[in-house]
Amino acid sequence: MASLAAKGAEAEAARGLGNVAFVGVLVVAAVAIFGVTRLFGNDYAFFAAYVVVQYIVLGTAWNILGGYTGYVNFGITAFFAIGAYSSVVLYKLTPWLPLPVMIVVGGVMAALVGLGTGYLTLRLRGVFFSIATLALAVVVQTLITNWDFVGGARGAYVLRPKLAPLIGGAYIEYLFLVMLGLCVVALATARAIERSALGYGFAAIRDDEAAAEASGVPTLKLKLIATALSGGFMGMAGAPLPYYVTYLDPSSGFSLNYAVNAIAMPLIGGTSSWLGPVIGAVLVGGVQEYIRVTISSAVNVLVAGVLMVAFVILAPQGIVGLFQRKR
Amino acid sequence: MSALLHVSGLSKRFGGFTALQDIELEVQPGERLGLIGPNGSGKSTLVNCICGTLHNETGSVRFAGEGLDGLTAHARTRRGLARSFQLPRPFASLTLAENLRIPILYAVNARSGHHLTGKAIEERCGELLGHVGLADKAQRLPRDLTQIEMRKLELARAMAAEPRLLIADESMAGLSHGEVDEILALLIRLNGEGVTVIMIEHIMRAVMAFSQRLAVLVAGRKIADGDPKDVVRDPEVVRAYLGE
Repeated sequence: MASLAAKGAEAEAARGLGNVAFVGVLVVAAVAIFGVTRLFGNDYAFFAAYVVVQYIVLGTAWNILGGYTGYVNFGITAFFAIGAYSSVVLYKLTPWLPLPVMIVVGGVMAALVGLGTGYLTLRLRGVFFSIATLALAVVVQTLITNWDFVGGARGAYVLRPKLAPLIGGAYIEYLFLVMLGLCVVALATARAIERSALGYGFAAIRDDEAAAEASGVPTLKLKLIATALSGGFMGMAGAPLPYYVTYLDPSSGFSLNYAVNAIAMPLIGGTSSWLGPVIGAVLVGGVQEYIRVTISSAVNVLVAGVLMVAFVILAPQGIVGLFQRKR
Repeated sequence: MSALLHVSGLSKRFGGFTALQDIELEVQPGERLGLIGPNGSGKSTLVNCICGTLHNETGSVRFAGEGLDGLTAHARTRRGLARSFQLPRPFASLTLAENLRIPILYAVNARSGHHLTGKAIEERCGELLGHVGLADKAQRLPRDLTQIEMRKLELARAMAAEPRLLIADESMAGLSHGEVDEILALLIRLNGEGVTVIMIEHIMRAVMAFSQRLAVLVAGRKIADGDPKDVVRDPEVVRAYLGE
């Protein structure tokens, strides 16, 4: 966990880097984190670190729509579970498919759902959009619960291979490595967006949609790009889940934890920058993991909730905002 | 000479309320048109219909020989139609320079033959802010601006889209005498550079100084259109403003 924080600091120093160089820094950081996690010499370190990195991806995904574009999505579990259940389907149909391919498929499925939902709901503003996404989560959960092929309400078992492909060792090491890779892609994408015309378009939409249109910003198109990207990364974050939990049922795939954390982490870290979700996920995810081991796994959501309330009151711009006395 | 903007038979209803009825309006290239009317007469609604923020039920809007009906607001901006909002609507989280960057990236760069990048965009933003006297505040946020500076930013952002027609919707409301003159000079200079300008305004001193032609809207209908000196003496216009 300390190494994840170090990664944040290292990346902070990388401000001003080009996109390619930034990816280089992220890859080096990811390899370093993987190496450090291996030093612990037990599987638990990987299980714990996987969750934190998964939340970085999920928080970053949420932030692309919620932080950059200003549309608050409460339907995180819908996209996350679409990724997870698409892996269950692929596991049943084509179990030989490599995990990264499953992740891409899960991401594409979730991105398509994001695109469709976006098209139907993005005419709604503010809280109405949020309620529509909440409804989406309920609809998807109902569909999955009644779909026998993926286990329905009973849930589905996924047998995790004993050994990790390519790197050897336990399979969780491979899962963690894949999630790290996904994290690199998500962070590089988020940062590239921030500095591109797309990022400025998103910011214009967030600040004033009518003024954005009047300035030539194709708001509907950009919002659809944001929902598709955001949904896609959420789906990708969820795709390895069946292999992580090995038994996936709707109540765990659609757990409130994911939705609360994916919103709380960017808000706590700061929504204005890619670094916000990283800081939020490391902080909240780390505390939650510590409490899970020392006190109880039921206190998780409480931690996120209390921290979120505290930050909304004390530091509405998040941790990044505290250091970013902007202009 | 064919008109740059041609509005014909335009009507707009909000439920049972008719906001605009059968509006006919032509604006020639390079012209300075004043548009006046009492509060609630439909001036801003007309701007919104011309710019695509609202959709008119009947009638059509043609711009530079092309029908705009059915086009979104951003598509119209890209074709060279820009507007400033009556109440300034800056992008609050972006600096002044970044505020101007949006229309450059999305309106100017969307046109063929244009593509500003990196340094060129920064220079253009600085130049535009210089035009309105805000160059030293390029890195500030809109919340640091005074009322008149906010109006200037609003105009600068509309100008950043490099429009052929600029519609300034009450850019002077609430400003002092001297500030009105500043904005007026700005609009006249812009017109001198070849931009056609429609000015919507209540301040008659500014309207008379600015307009080559004056159109009057009352209760959703255009009741007068012509030489400003004649229009303000028109008995119907006088009645609309002063009552029977």
